[in-house]
Amino acid sequence: MNRERDLGTKPTGSAEQVKLTVDGREVTVPKGTSVLAAASLAGLQIPKLCATDSLEAFGSCRLCLVEIDGRRGTPASCTTPAEAGMVVHTQTPRLLALRRGVMELYVSDHPLDCLTCSANGDCELQDVAGAVGLREVRYGNDGEQHRTAPKDESNPYFTFDSSKCIVCSRCVRACEEVQGTFALTIEGRGLSSKVATGTDDFLSSECVSCGACVQACPTATLNEKSVITLGTPTEAVETTCAYCGVGCGFRAETQGERVVRMVPSKRGQANEGHSCVKGRFAWGYATHQDRVKKPMIRARITDPWREVSWDEAFAHAAAEFRRIQASHGVDAIGGITSSRCTNEEVFLVQKLVRAGFHNNNVDTCARVCHSPTGYGLKQTFGTSAGTQDFRSVAQADVVLLIGANPTEAHPVFASRLKRRLREGAKLIVADPRRIELVRTPHVEASHHLALKPGTNVALINALAHVVVTEGLVKERYVQERCEPKDFESWARFIAEAKNSPEAMEAHTGVPAADVRAAARLYATAKNAAIYYGLGVTEHSQGSTMVMGMANLAMATGNVGRDGVGVNPLRGQNNVQGSCDMGSFPHELSGYRHVSDDATRELFEGLWNAPLSKEPGLRIPNMLDEAVGGRFKGLYVQGEDIAQSDPNTQHVVAGLEAMECVIVHDLFLNETAKYAHVFFPGSSFLEKDGTFTNAERRISRVRKVMAPLAGLADWEVTQGFARALGLPWSYQHPSEVMEEIAVLTPTFTGVSYERLDQLGSVQWPCNDKAPTGTPIMHVDRFVRGKGRFMLTEFIPTLEKSGPRFPLLLTTGRILSQYNVGAQTARTDNVTWHAEDVLEVHPFDAENRGLKTGDLVLLQSRAGETTLRAVVTEKVQPGVVYTTFHHAKTAANVVTTDYSDWATNCPEYKVTAVQVSRASEAAAFQQEDRRRDVALRQVAPGAVHASK
Amino acid sequence: MSVLTEKVMMRDWARAGQNTLSVYKQHGGYAQAKKALELSPPQIIDEVKKSQLRGRGGAGFPTGLKWSFVPSIDKNPKPRYLAINADESEPGTAKDRFILENDPHLLLEGIAIACYALNAHTCYIYSRGEFKYPSSVLDKAIADAYADGIFGKKLLGKDFELNVYQVRGAGAYICGEETALLESLEGKKGWPRLKPPFPAVVGLFGCPTVVNNVETIAALPRIFEKGAQWFSDLGLGKSGGTRLVTLSGTVNQPGTYEVAMNTTMKELIFEKEYGNGLPEGRSVKAVIPGGSSAPVLTADELDVKLEFDAFKPLQSMAGSGGIIVMDDTTCMVRCLWRVARFYAEESCGQCTPCREGQPWMTRLLRKIEEGRGTEEDLETLTNVAQAIAPWPPIGLGNTICALGDAGALPVQSFVQKFKKDFLDHISLKRCPYGDKPWGALGEFR
Ligand SMILES: Cc1cc2nc3c(=O)[nH]c(=O)nc-3n(C[C@H](O)[C@H](O)[C@H](O)COP(=O)(O)O)c2cc1C
Ligand code: SF4
Ligand code: SF4
Ligand code: SF4
Ligand code: SF4
Ligand code: FES
Repeated sequence: MNRERDLGTKPTGSAEQVKLTVDGREVTVPKGTSVLAAASLAGLQIPKLCATDSLEAFGSCRLCLVEIDGRRGTPASCTTPAEAGMVVHTQTPRLLALRRGVMELYVSDHPLDCLTCSANGDCELQDVAGAVGLREVRYGNDGEQHRTAPKDESNPYFTFDSSKCIVCSRCVRACEEVQGTFALTIEGRGLSSKVATGTDDFLSSECVSCGACVQACPTATLNEKSVITLGTPTEAVETTCAYCGVGCGFRAETQGERVVRMVPSKRGQANEGHSCVKGRFAWGYATHQDRVKKPMIRARITDPWREVSWDEAFAHAAAEFRRIQASHGVDAIGGITSSRCTNEEVFLVQKLVRAGFHNNNVDTCARVCHSPTGYGLKQTFGTSAGTQDFRSVAQADVVLLIGANPTEAHPVFASRLKRRLREGAKLIVADPRRIELVRTPHVEASHHLALKPGTNVALINALAHVVVTEGLVKERYVQERCEPKDFESWARFIAEAKNSPEAMEAHTGVPAADVRAAARLYATAKNAAIYYGLGVTEHSQGSTMVMGMANLAMATGNVGRDGVGVNPLRGQNNVQGSCDMGSFPHELSGYRHVSDDATRELFEGLWNAPLSKEPGLRIPNMLDEAVGGRFKGLYVQGEDIAQSDPNTQHVVAGLEAMECVIVHDLFLNETAKYAHVFFPGSSFLEKDGTFTNAERRISRVRKVMAPLAGLADWEVTQGFARALGLPWSYQHPSEVMEEIAVLTPTFTGVSYERLDQLGSVQWPCNDKAPTGTPIMHVDRFVRGKGRFMLTEFIPTLEKSGPRFPLLLTTGRILSQYNVGAQTARTDNVTWHAEDVLEVHPFDAENRGLKTGDLVLLQSRAGETTLRAVVTEKVQPGVVYTTFHHAKTAANVVTTDYSDWATNCPEYKVTAVQVSRASEAAAFQQEDRRRDVALRQVAPGAVHASK
Repeated sequence: MSVLTEKVMMRDWARAGQNTLSVYKQHGGYAQAKKALELSPPQIIDEVKKSQLRGRGGAGFPTGLKWSFVPSIDKNPKPRYLAINADESEPGTAKDRFILENDPHLLLEGIAIACYALNAHTCYIYSRGEFKYPSSVLDKAIADAYADGIFGKKLLGKDFELNVYQVRGAGAYICGEETALLESLEGKKGWPRLKPPFPAVVGLFGCPTVVNNVETIAALPRIFEKGAQWFSDLGLGKSGGTRLVTLSGTVNQPGTYEVAMNTTMKELIFEKEYGNGLPEGRSVKAVIPGGSSAPVLTADELDVKLEFDAFKPLQSMAGSGGIIVMDDTTCMVRCLWRVARFYAEESCGQCTPCREGQPWMTRLLRKIEEGRGTEEDLETLTNVAQAIAPWPPIGLGNTICALGDAGALPVQSFVQKFKKDFLDHISLKRCPYGDKPWGALGEFR
């Protein structure tokens, strides 16, 4: 199998070119390129072991030595920059002798069990031994041959077999330079130098299992367990990670249809060769035994499931939906699109609803995370998306991070950010919790504004107040780029004393002096960038906060170039895409309102169907209507609303009230307990399509293996549509993209050919920007002039009080993903077997709690039990948990308060009480009983339930 | 004959209490620094250049020139640092420690001058971990200098802040290599850095840093006492001043001496002021001229002057001034084995040829010494050494730092110049020197 090309050293950004001669070949390279990389670009491979192009040159193996006319000695080509006119010789008798000498030394100390080694055929030590023609090892077998060194198998995904280590430090450097975790070191010196974690083994160390070291290792020392079990891969397919909104590019390395390993691709422009534990290792769920492989139907949710053919399932579902519409009206059914599915699949589901159900009752789970982003940024800038590409953070001098925890939730972006911070950029963290970035090896935030949950707007107003009242506004930028009237009224509003840090301190709990200092730091930076996450959006004032950040960025001139901007860190792999594709009840693809006649006509013409101009129901309204008996049928694509939506009991009540719930998913999830039809879904490995990440980057998903249930998700939706009488006949998702391009102005230039050619593109991609748009609003805002919006702080109704004295906030953890449907079916459970509740020692003390205690968490909406961890990561009065495991159902206790503009639920603030518990909460007990009852499959069915 | 008549560096060592601030000041201490601080920094650097002062740490690099590599403050506004190399660990070398023990304020006065010239407000003295006593003397001297208002907010009363810290090493020879020293000062593992960039441009914490040896900096007060010209005239050719050398091995009077640049090796070994010859009946077989890493000289090469450039034609070096004399009954294989073991043990382990090669050379030498070696082994031995740093000529190292050379050069020079010893071991299948391989010195380890 061909590895991805390795130039040996990092590309330089230089525009200046130099011409040199390597072994008689002329080659022109950017200034600063190493001689090693220049030779590689000239098609000549200089042997190398310590160098790899993801790392800084290190110069330690001394294999890449060359001779250069006019220079003494034999310099290392990896550390020697190419210069104009240089004449380099890479293959001379003297060099060959030196290289053989070095290889002889390596090999004298190596086990030489190549044929039974897991890296056989995929080992750079072997390659170089071959390239230098190593034929003898003169040191007898006096060598150390650390063959007895114990193997570290503690990590579930890779092993460390130090007997094969050549001490090139690539792993150590990858952990530092690429990942930024600093988990590894070389212990000892001289011949006793060895790679060590500083603890007993990898699992107990700081290691976050990103795999960068495994990828960097030239030998079998650090090797994927899957490779050890299955052997080396033979083919590779370029695809995109299906977990988070970073959207890392991967090479799925396979043997036929079997995935052997996932290796992040250097061509992936979001990740440039890096990844996290989920994307690289946690793909085993795709073939997990829990995968449902046959369609199933049942009359009542208390009946066991009956496996049927696809045709029967489609016919049954279609008949049910038509029956419901006949008796309860056209609007009694709807659909939910998935932020986990491809753009094409999402597009088809919303098309099915609009053209097939004849209403606009379609919504997406992005509602539960980033709808305020779309709304807020559209109002102020004119586009419902972030302003930058990820790479841009490398130019930022100050980063304001609000309500996001990138090291856990967006790890690959976090690595980029940490790299920039190590270079000296300053960080301001605004988060109730002491997230890792507040202080971690070689990174320390200048300010941690530990605000009380629910007071974001108070904080952002206070920051802006300082900017306006201390004369830090970039007047010229504002004059040229923004609506003057809106600015004036905003400036007047924000300068009011009620918005001062001193006044807001009562709400936020953040000392005014800190706020002032942070505001000055942000406002006076050459480039200041805002990155934010769900801690901003999942609030009753989520949209207000997004606009507040946009105001701050405009006032300080920080929009429209590299290193600045306002950037959402999107949760799921395709939240951006599912929003772009017209998943909202009021918007067609490209964020155009359904009431816009011209837009509707365009769609109606192509789809040959009349479209309703009335916005449809949002998810919460669908559920309300269902409880009220007016909404009876729902098609849910790849989304587990019974677990991830707030106020679980209400969701369940809504589902239970419906007559036909169709769940289309990989697994019999929580929602499927209330379903009547089950369409088995296909994982990202089983289909073609595209995902759009948080930087608006559209990347290809490519099929690696056939769908386990026979149909890819887009084919399932098409089958259902046809059963409903729609004349769909797409042969391939590329045809869906063609349709999207025709119908969506920001996508007109997007096609599978273009994507194959460029790797990926960032929308808008059209005639004006044929290769896409990395940075938006460069000369002018999309809406013309930037618009300042008033952002009055209105405290949430959710307040702590005597009955519920603590504030609960929720988040996620690195190794798990959302509701855990995937990650919980992989070895990632090694790190996070259950959701725990973080409690400050002060609150724990008051309640007599210690780490490990089972506690009862109660809110006005419900209760659940979980284990407590006492930690100072949270402030007194605040408790924190994740929502990855069905068993905990943290959303049982979250309320149905939501963002005023978009109904995005207020996950981040719930007033709760915590007390010691002796047994599981009533909800969990009932749920466990139902878990068994509602998931029964008729005897003879093949798959096992979990 | 050229014997130094008046000591310059060791002038005051014999004086009681010289290592205290009061005695040091009584005899004109810190007056030279005060004088120097009247000059502008560029003037001081010019004086140092004129004095022909060269680094005493090993490489003999012209000190004034090194200082002039520090970029001007408008090109690089970062802070600058001075780091004093007091790691003195090269086998055979013991001179810096005596400066610390006997005349610590001489170093501190030199630091005052150097920091002012370099616009460095912080100086770190990196001292060898094993220097328990010398470090304690130095600590006291620094504390006294602060208490006396010499260091601190106002250096010698001038509007110039200077803080001086001593940092103790932890017993690794490699930390004497200037970039490993900087890594160690930063709290990291002592791994030499790739050069360029050199420390004067990117040094401690990424800031311009000058690294100088103790003896180098301690010479500064003398230069400003009697003038750069005087100092330059004291020396020979391009090497100003006098030198401290450490004479050890089979001589009647081993010790640390101050010599003139034109003193010859022969004079050092035989003059009664210095080595006073070898024990009765013994003659010189070999001399290591500059610490154990310097290529060895034969008895025919002793007319070499102790000046820095004089060693070049012999493809050796003045190094750190550690001079080790071996008499005619010394086993060169055993000696080399011992030297090789040192470098194998002290290799930092970064570069493959050094990490793997030094232990291999050690094993091969042991094999030969124990009578199990073959002529192929001897060739392999030379090959490994050549792969690390071919010799002659000197200075072609293939590794990140000169420790590679330090281990490889002795091997090649010993084998080339004393091949008979090696071949005898191989043909006799034993050590011809039996159980007395160390010559008149006897077994010392
Ligand atoms: C392996 C190795 C060890 C060294 N050890 C020392 C030492 O102990 N003391 C010292 O002054 N220089 C030592 N040096 C030389 C330093 O790298 C550096 O050249 C010197 O400190 C510069 O000071 P100078 O210019 O005043 O001589 C060593 C060099 C190498 C390669
Ligand atoms: S897996 Fe990642 S975090 Fe763990 S040691 Fe390797 S590089 Fe470091
Ligand atoms: S584990 Fe691999 S990458 Fe790390 S030092 Fe050993 S061989 Fe190199
Ligand atoms: S989960 Fe996110 S950060 Fe991790 S590999 Fe996938 S896209 Fe990248
Ligand atoms: S030459 Fe030896 S001591 Fe120097 S950096 Fe390389 S391995 Fe370390
Ligand atoms: S590749 Fe250049 S020294 Fe290792």
